[in-house]
Amino acid sequence: MTKTPRSDQAGQGQLMLSGAQMVCQSLSDLGIKHIFGYPGGSVLDIYDALFQHGDIEHILVRHEQAAVHAADAYSRATGKVGVCLVTSGPGATNTLTGIATAYMDSVPLVVLSGNVPTYLIGNDAFQENDMIGCSRPIVKHSFLCKKAEEIPAAIAKAFYIAATGRPGPVVVDLPKDTQNPALKFPYHLPRDIKLRSYNPTVKGHGRQIKKALETLLAAKRPVIYVGGGAIACDAAPLVTRFAELLGMPVTCTLMGLGAFPGTHKQSLGMLGMHGTFEANKAMHNSDCILAVGARFDDRVTNNVAKFCPQATILHIDIDPTSISKTVTAHVPIVGSVDHVLQQMLDELEAHPVRPNEAALGEWWQTINNWRARKCLTYTDSTETIKPQKVIETLYKITQGDAYITSDVGQHQMFAALYYPFAKPRRWINSGGLGTMGFGLPAAMGVQKAFPEAVVACVTGDGSIQMNIQELSTCLQYGLPIKIISLNNAQLGMVKQWQDMFYSNRHSQSYMESMPDFVKLAEAYGHVGMRVSDPADLERAMSEAFAMTNRLVFMDIQVDQAEHVYPMHIKFGAMDDMYLSKTERT
Amino acid sequence: MRRILSILLENEAGALSRIVGLFSQRGYNIETLTVAPTQDESLSRITITTRGDERVLEQITKQVNKLVDVLKITDLTEGPHIERELMLIKLRAQGAKREEIKRTADIFRGQIVDVTPTIYTVQLTGPSDKLDAFIDAVRDVTEIVETVRSGVSGIARGERSLGV
Repeated sequence: MTKTPRSDQAGQGQLMLSGAQMVCQSLSDLGIKHIFGYPGGSVLDIYDALFQHGDIEHILVRHEQAAVHAADAYSRATGKVGVCLVTSGPGATNTLTGIATAYMDSVPLVVLSGNVPTYLIGNDAFQENDMIGCSRPIVKHSFLCKKAEEIPAAIAKAFYIAATGRPGPVVVDLPKDTQNPALKFPYHLPRDIKLRSYNPTVKGHGRQIKKALETLLAAKRPVIYVGGGAIACDAAPLVTRFAELLGMPVTCTLMGLGAFPGTHKQSLGMLGMHGTFEANKAMHNSDCILAVGARFDDRVTNNVAKFCPQATILHIDIDPTSISKTVTAHVPIVGSVDHVLQQMLDELEAHPVRPNEAALGEWWQTINNWRARKCLTYTDSTETIKPQKVIETLYKITQGDAYITSDVGQHQMFAALYYPFAKPRRWINSGGLGTMGFGLPAAMGVQKAFPEAVVACVTGDGSIQMNIQELSTCLQYGLPIKIISLNNAQLGMVKQWQDMFYSNRHSQSYMESMPDFVKLAEAYGHVGMRVSDPADLERAMSEAFAMTNRLVFMDIQVDQAEHVYPMHIKFGAMDDMYLSKTERT
Repeated sequence: MRRILSILLENEAGALSRIVGLFSQRGYNIETLTVAPTQDESLSRITITTRGDERVLEQITKQVNKLVDVLKITDLTEGPHIERELMLIKLRAQGAKREEIKRTADIFRGQIVDVTPTIYTVQLTGPSDKLDAFIDAVRDVTEIVETVRSGVSGIARGERSLGV
């Protein structure tokens, strides 16, 4: 069976399909081109149907966790829903870290998991696992199909729920007997999904919008604080228009990087635990903060009791639970960032009131004084490679226009701080869950979505080893990812905390018996490079990126003693920061 | 502060576990919980009694509402409402105590629904504090062998109703 006609068109004969075929047909009718997965006993019928269907490209990973991360990053980079397919039991449990990662960062995913036949559910059957139960706290919703006929509607609803409102992962669990290729049923994929119990609010309340604008325009020291919500609904151009129109300073969260160009003169860079001096200072001293699709995460606020004491909080978020959860919003606006900002721009057009220029000028003067502190300055060396230098070199060589995926740790913060993203969906990292092992499979997802794009995975010697097996997947699909591994032979962020707060007791943060990453890359059929001399860095990286059709693993031996600064002082306010090993605010 | 939350949700497999899971996952407390289908069989109605300040209650309400299966949630304690709980209580009833138990049950408008030479089983309906008061009263009279309570069911007074 290939290219079956769409069944919902009037006048055509009823299409009869097995449950397994319905899975494939539903996916291709929903426009899915790629799925990431791993076969196994409970999904063999689906894999067989996929083989015969032919329209959907399946990417075979080496571990199910990687399938989810790849689908997740595919979604983050494209804005489409990512899809993965795994078998029951261990196949399903292996996806949980990936699902939790996507859930924390509000990424739309559909995870199709096989299960034992319905008549064996509850019997401790081979490779049985209660996937619906296991995934419940980390999904937006889930479906267990007990009959083949339920499959198309469950899949259609799953896509609808995943992509609308605050996006998130949805699990569809498919017991083996529902897939039976011998039993055919009428196929009907519902197109216009409506759920009486699920109606996300996208448009903001008119009066609240007016009130928020009045407050913002009257402010003397305003800050626009932008989060991942602005990227999720593709509102980056609106953020820029809005900010430029009002001439106000903008800071982005780790998840919001790229929603406003990091290179823009109004950009203060990232805020929060490792935010810039000027961003954190501006927030603390602000009299009005407009939060745009951001959720006042604990990695942003530091001590909530001391958070921005003078600020009136205006909060736009599509998820009502994010509003006044940690920081009370004085003017809450429930709605999608794109809708609300458009409404605000319309309002500004109708009533061309502008901020107080004198006050704003004074505010910028203060901010520029903070900027003059140049908090990202570091002492370069001719002896050892500084991790900051690696990111700056990466920025230079890729002209700031690459897709950068990252793992979790010091390298992630260095990348976030030293690679100013000019566009949304270019910075792909696990912000909420902080999942080590995310970077390489994420890079696979991005490269699969954009085969011609430059994709670099900034990682460390700890993180890369958490999903290193995916080098094999990269070979199979010819994914020319550039792995920029900041190798300090330490779990750098753990060590930084041990240096700072545990009197240098480096408990289990030192990695002995590090593999030879160059040989490892070569063993997987890729190019490996080791760089340890600062003088070689730029040339080597240029060579790596010149190999446009090869995966290059750059094992870059960086300074082991380097820390990430600025860094919030625990239990302090937004503006309480360590600025270097010897300076603090 | 004690609150009575009424939730209307899809009568689907797993819907209850999403509610219960949410409460434990976010550290909210459940004192009592009742669940049953409504006159519309596609819908279930849950009553949960919980404790928390305004802020916690606001989060609970929003978080429950966010669940895809939930149609509506309301805090009954915000307005006039009726609260009822059913208790079956098995009491040691021998000799002179039989008469005293009967009198106490009558005072609380309870009914003796099962009798043996040594046991009375009393059925009692009312707000939770009435059931608590009966337990306190009867504890001084005789041995309480067993109790079972249904948990609170609640409904708003007058025109206010929870429907689709």
